[in-house]
Formats: sequence, C-alpha cells, structure tokens
Amino acid sequence: MSRSERIVGALAAIALLVAAGPAAAQSKYHLGQKATPEQIAGWDIDVRPDGAGLPAGQGSVSQGNDIYDAQCASCHGTFGESNTYLALTGVKTKLNYATTLYDYINRAMPFPHSKSLSADEVYAVTAYVLNLSDVVPADFVADRDSLPKVEMPYRDRVKPYSGLMSVDGKADVQNTACMQNCEKEVKVTASLPAGFVENLYGDIRDNFRGLATMNKLAPPVTSAPVEVAGGLELIQKHGCVVCHAVDKKIVGPAFRSVADKYRDNADARAQLIRKIRDGGSGAWGTVPMPPQTEPSDADLATVVEWLSTLPGEK
Amino acid sequence: MDQQDPKRGRVLPAPENFLDPAGKSRRRALGGLLTGGAALLAANSLRAAEVPAGTPAPTRFPPGVPPWSQTLGKPVGANPYGVPATFEGNIIRRSSPGLTTTTQSSVAFTPLQNLFGIITPNGLHFERNHNGRPDIDPYQHRLLLHGLVREPKLYTMEDLLRLPSVSRIHFVECGANSAMEWANPSVPTVQYTHGMLGCSEWTGVLLSTLLEDAGFDEKKAKYLLAEGADAAGLTRTIPIGFALDDVIVAYGQNGEMLRPEQGYPLRLLVPGVQGISNVKWLRRIKVGDQPFNTREETLQYSDLMPDGSSRQYTWIQEAKSVITSPSGGQQLLDKGGYFEITGLAWSGRGHIKRVDISTDGGKNWRAAKLQTPVLEKALTRFRADWTWDGSPALLQSRCIDSTGYVQPKMRQLREVRGTASIYHNNAIQTWLVDAEGKVHNVEV
Repeated sequence: MSRSERIVGALAAIALLVAAGPAAAQSKYHLGQKATPEQIAGWDIDVRPDGAGLPAGQGSVSQGNDIYDAQCASCHGTFGESNTYLALTGVKTKLNYATTLYDYINRAMPFPHSKSLSADEVYAVTAYVLNLSDVVPADFVADRDSLPKVEMPYRDRVKPYSGLMSVDGKADVQNTACMQNCEKEVKVTASLPAGFVENLYGDIRDNFRGLATMNKLAPPVTSAPVEVAGGLELIQKHGCVVCHAVDKKIVGPAFRSVADKYRDNADARAQLIRKIRDGGSGAWGTVPMPPQTEPSDADLATVVEWLSTLPGEK
Repeated sequence: MDQQDPKRGRVLPAPENFLDPAGKSRRRALGGLLTGGAALLAANSLRAAEVPAGTPAPTRFPPGVPPWSQTLGKPVGANPYGVPATFEGNIIRRSSPGLTTTTQSSVAFTPLQNLFGIITPNGLHFERNHNGRPDIDPYQHRLLLHGLVREPKLYTMEDLLRLPSVSRIHFVECGANSAMEWANPSVPTVQYTHGMLGCSEWTGVLLSTLLEDAGFDEKKAKYLLAEGADAAGLTRTIPIGFALDDVIVAYGQNGEMLRPEQGYPLRLLVPGVQGISNVKWLRRIKVGDQPFNTREETLQYSDLMPDGSSRQYTWIQEAKSVITSPSGGQQLLDKGGYFEITGLAWSGRGHIKRVDISTDGGKNWRAAKLQTPVLEKALTRFRADWTWDGSPALLQSRCIDSTGYVQPKMRQLREVRGTASIYHNNAIQTWLVDAEGKVHNVEV
C-alpha cells in the first residue's frame, strides 16, 4: 500500500467514524443495522385503505379470470361459491376496502405457495374477484389509482369499536355480583344432543388422566398404519394436503380413496405419477387438479409408493 | 389409592383416578359405568370384567415391593431433553373434529382439564396457524422496524438477545375462544370450550425499547403494523399506546426459546389482547399514523352484530373464568364425597379480584380461594371446597376483575351481541353433574 493510499484509507476511516457518530450517539445500544431502502422495499408489502403501499402495475377482470381459473378456482370454486374453502361471498358481505383484498392475495395466496404472483397478476385476480362479487363491472382495470376508489357495499358497516380498543374502554355487557337468591328458577335450556359426542369425538374418556395409557383396561389406542418414510412429509411439503386428506375428501379425493382405486392396477404407479404431473379432471368429479410441475420425480415416486401402502377405506 | 378416606370423592376419568386393575375403586367404577347404561361403556366394562382372571396379584402395594424399587434405574441423561412420563401420553393438544377444512389453517386446543396451576407447559400451549407452521432458521431471521422512525433498523436474533430484556407471565387467548358456544353448547370438554388459552412466562425486549432505539416519531406515530414471516404474512394493527405500555418482542417461553408452534424464534406478545395480535414468527414492525385495516381485521376477527354491522379492532379480552375440574366429560364417583372445584380466571383489563362459585346454576354464590400469584393479564387459579350430595348439580364460576367488571351470563351477552359474532364469548360456563356423576356441557 502506497503512502497516498494509506492517507486515503485513513481519511475514509475518519469519514466513516464521523458519519457513524451522530447515529451512534442517538442509539445507545449499538445493536442492529440501519435498514437500506432496498431491504425495506422487499418486505414493505402492506397496502392501506388509502392506497398507500399499492405498487405500479395493473390487471383487468378478464386477465384475472384466467389466473383465477388456474390458481384459485380449485379451492374457492369457479364462481367463488365453494363451501369447502372460504367462499368469496365475504368479499361482498364483510369486506370494507378493496385494497385489503389486494393486500391479502398478495401476501397469503395462493394458499399452497403464497407471494408467488406478480403485481399485475394480483391486480388482475383482485379485479376478477371484485367482478365475481358484482362490485365492479366486467371492464374494470385494477391499479393503484382505481382500487382505493372502489366502493365496497359493506364499507360503512365496519366500525371501530372503542369498548374493546383500550384497557379502560367501556364494557357493553355487565353482570351483577349478586350472591343469594339471584335466579327465581334455573333450568337447563340447552345441551349436546344424545350420541353427538360419541359420533363426532369417539370415546373421550382418554381425554383425561387415568385412561388409555394409565388404565390398562381402557380401549387400546388405534395403531397408526405403517407408512413409507417421507410420504407424509412430502404431501405437506408440496402442498398436496391443501386439497387432499388421508381419510376424507376435501376438494380432491382422500388419499385412501385414490389408493383403493389403483390398488389392483399393475401400471398404477406410472399412471399416478403422470396424473399428478399433468393434472386433469373427470376421474373424481369436475373440480380440476392443477398440474404439479414443482415436485421432483423422486418425490413423486415416494408419494406414490406411500399411497400404495395406505389401507383401504373399509 | 385403595386406602384413601372413603368419604373423599373421586373423579372417574381424572387425575385422582390412578387405579389398579384389581383395585377396589376400579370395581366400584365399573359398577358406576354399568348403571350408566351407555352401550359403549357397557361393552368396555364387559371386556374389563374378563381381565381380573389373568391379572397378577397386586404385589406392588404394601406389603409387596414394586419392581421399580428393586431394579437399577435408567442412567442420568437418558433423556437429554426431558419428556413427560409415558403414562402421560394422552395429555395432548387436540383439534376439534370438523372445525376446519385444512390442517394448515387450523387450531389445536390446550387440554385445560389436565393441567395444574397457571403455567401452560410449552408442548401443550394451544396452536393456531393461518397458512401452516414455518420452521425458521434463527440465524437467518430478521426483524425489520421501519416507517415513522428516525432510523429504520434490521435486527438479528443475536441483537435482540443482547438488548435489555424482561420476563413476564401473561395469558394468550384466541379472540375466538368459546366461539363454538355462541348459539348453544356444541363441544364436550373444557379443552374445546376454553382451550384456545395458554399462560406462559414470556421473555424478550419491550417493544418500547426497540421503538426508542429506532427513534420513532412521537408526534405522528399512532398505530403499528406487526407482520409474521409465515406464508400467511399475518398482519395486525397495534395501537401505539399498547406498544409503549407492555408489549414484548418475545423470544423466550417458560425459560426456553419459543416453541415453533408459538412463533420460533420471535413473536409479539400483546398482554390482554386477543391471540391473533400476538403475531408469531414476527419479521416486521411498521410505525404508521392510521390503522391498517388488514384482512384479519375485517373479513375475520371483526364481530358481527345483530344489525348486520361489524365491530372492528376488538382487541381486549374481557374478564372470563371457567371451572376446569369437575368439567365436561369427567365422571364423579362417591355420592356424598368431597370434591375440590378448581379452575382459571383472567382479564385483559387487569387482574382478577374475586371468583365466585355456584353449584345450583347461579341461584346462590360463594367466593372461591384465589391461588397466588394473582398477576395482571395472567391466568389466576381458583379453588373451592364442595361436597357433592349425589343429586344433579349445576357448577358455574363468575369472576370480577380489577376494574369491577363482572363476567356476564350467556343470555346477557346475546341480548346485546346476538349469536353470530364468533369472537369474544366470555360468558359464564355451566357444567351439569348428573345423578350418575357424569359431567356435561349445558346452558341454563
């Protein structure tokens, strides 16, 4: 290092110290870094009712229709009518600002792989969902100017409630601390229907100590089926469980139903892998299964192997 | 157990029921089940009745010596991270059948019927996620604090662990706890009626420390946005008053790091405020000047009123109590026996002043004993003596908090809020003890 380089280096160090000086004096712990504008921009995704936070870009109802059919309809229903997942009717009947719809789709949807849509795509899906809910016309184009201006039907019905907004807010329902002869007559007015608990919850005696594990006379815990290692993890990892459960239909068939259907089919594994890869509809009803391009061949093979070990439904 | 005072009441499926297959109390329990007449229980009793033939003599009781007194035990450190005894295997969080469509946007309830004191074991603290539970590498986790601040800051976990810390005991209750009971009783046990509830000693940095560190704008700052790093990117509005009072950016739970289910490695802890505001996997706090109107403050977590309007920003969890034993699903034995009534009370507005107990459905009340410590915005354990006379009884608890507020009856709540509001059901719970000693969830 030459002399002049050393001087430049020393000056730079002094300049740094000077620059750091005032900030350091204000922050007594010297912990944490100053966040750069780029860092903030990557995470600062919230959108307020006044439109603050909406990015550049735009999307139309018809563009949104295509994205919705491919990425949203399998859960929410073609017309947003699904009663399996949250029906989109709430957009009309409970949501007060269209900006919140943008914010939520952008941060949390689609359910199995959130934050994967571009700003244009989010605008388009927002426009389409608003149109499905009869809030905007078919030629609506959503962007940072139009979205905050959308008049949601429910806007004025959502009101901050001061009673629960602070520790000393006024309670709306009060009881009295009566101690003697407080009720003339006490009657049981409602209870669980006969058989309800047994049918829905099974034998709940093992919800308490002294049973199942401690009391050897209690019914044995049903043993879990032997599973191929990794199958369960993979159906979680790849989001299969969003639409399928092991033993019940959600949007798609139960894994056990699929296992039953292909159990006696020699070509079943290759066929199943192909069906998962390409998606399709018809075999289990009209709701389409989207193509699954993301899982590796090895993962699909493991999932299908795991499927084949599931016990039948009966 | 066989030599216990015959006057002492026993609960069939409960902590007291550590029964031996050949024991006298077991036979009495079977008798009770048979007179109960339920097909399921009777079938089980028949199976049980066959067992005594092959049951070894009870040598484990005096004068016999049990095998664990004569065998070398397991080495120290056999379980480097300890786990509950195998006999406690059924003390677990449970999901309510049919409540949610997916296991990712769902809830698992704390087994309140099995717990003692006021601290919820970390593995049993209820779990509510919106887009699944992430597994976050703490070395790659960052907290961004920005908005109306002098200097936006990015903190590592190491930074946060080095800042001045506090440890405080507070409850966390989901705003939708007891939601399934708004219209009528619909679940069998206190795990499901009240189990979206936990109480821990939380450790972390006061949010006010971080706000000062970043130099927040004291004039303009009114509301904060808290955001999770999970796939939901869950967001909630926090008023600056709460933030400067007692909100903790927490990394510790009962002496260890947070469990993944409770937000590892970092969460917000907003004492007394509905669970969802205690944002888990916290990655960002933005200081702003108006509420953020997030999806979880409109489409959900707003309270639908009878006139069709919705109450928004209903943050505070009002005073509430419940008897955890005897409670739904248990069965009392020994008519004329002594039973301790015990339960939990809490208030998001302060501390619990008094808890009253009724055994006649609210006609007459008497004060329960409060177990210390009685802390602000924390669970308080209460107890009361009760000798059951064998006739049907309606057990209730009613709490009064430090503001003088008295926990309401269900019908009082419905008169004002209807039956569709989902959130903030803090009504008095009634447990019916029937003539057979079986305990049921009912309404009076």
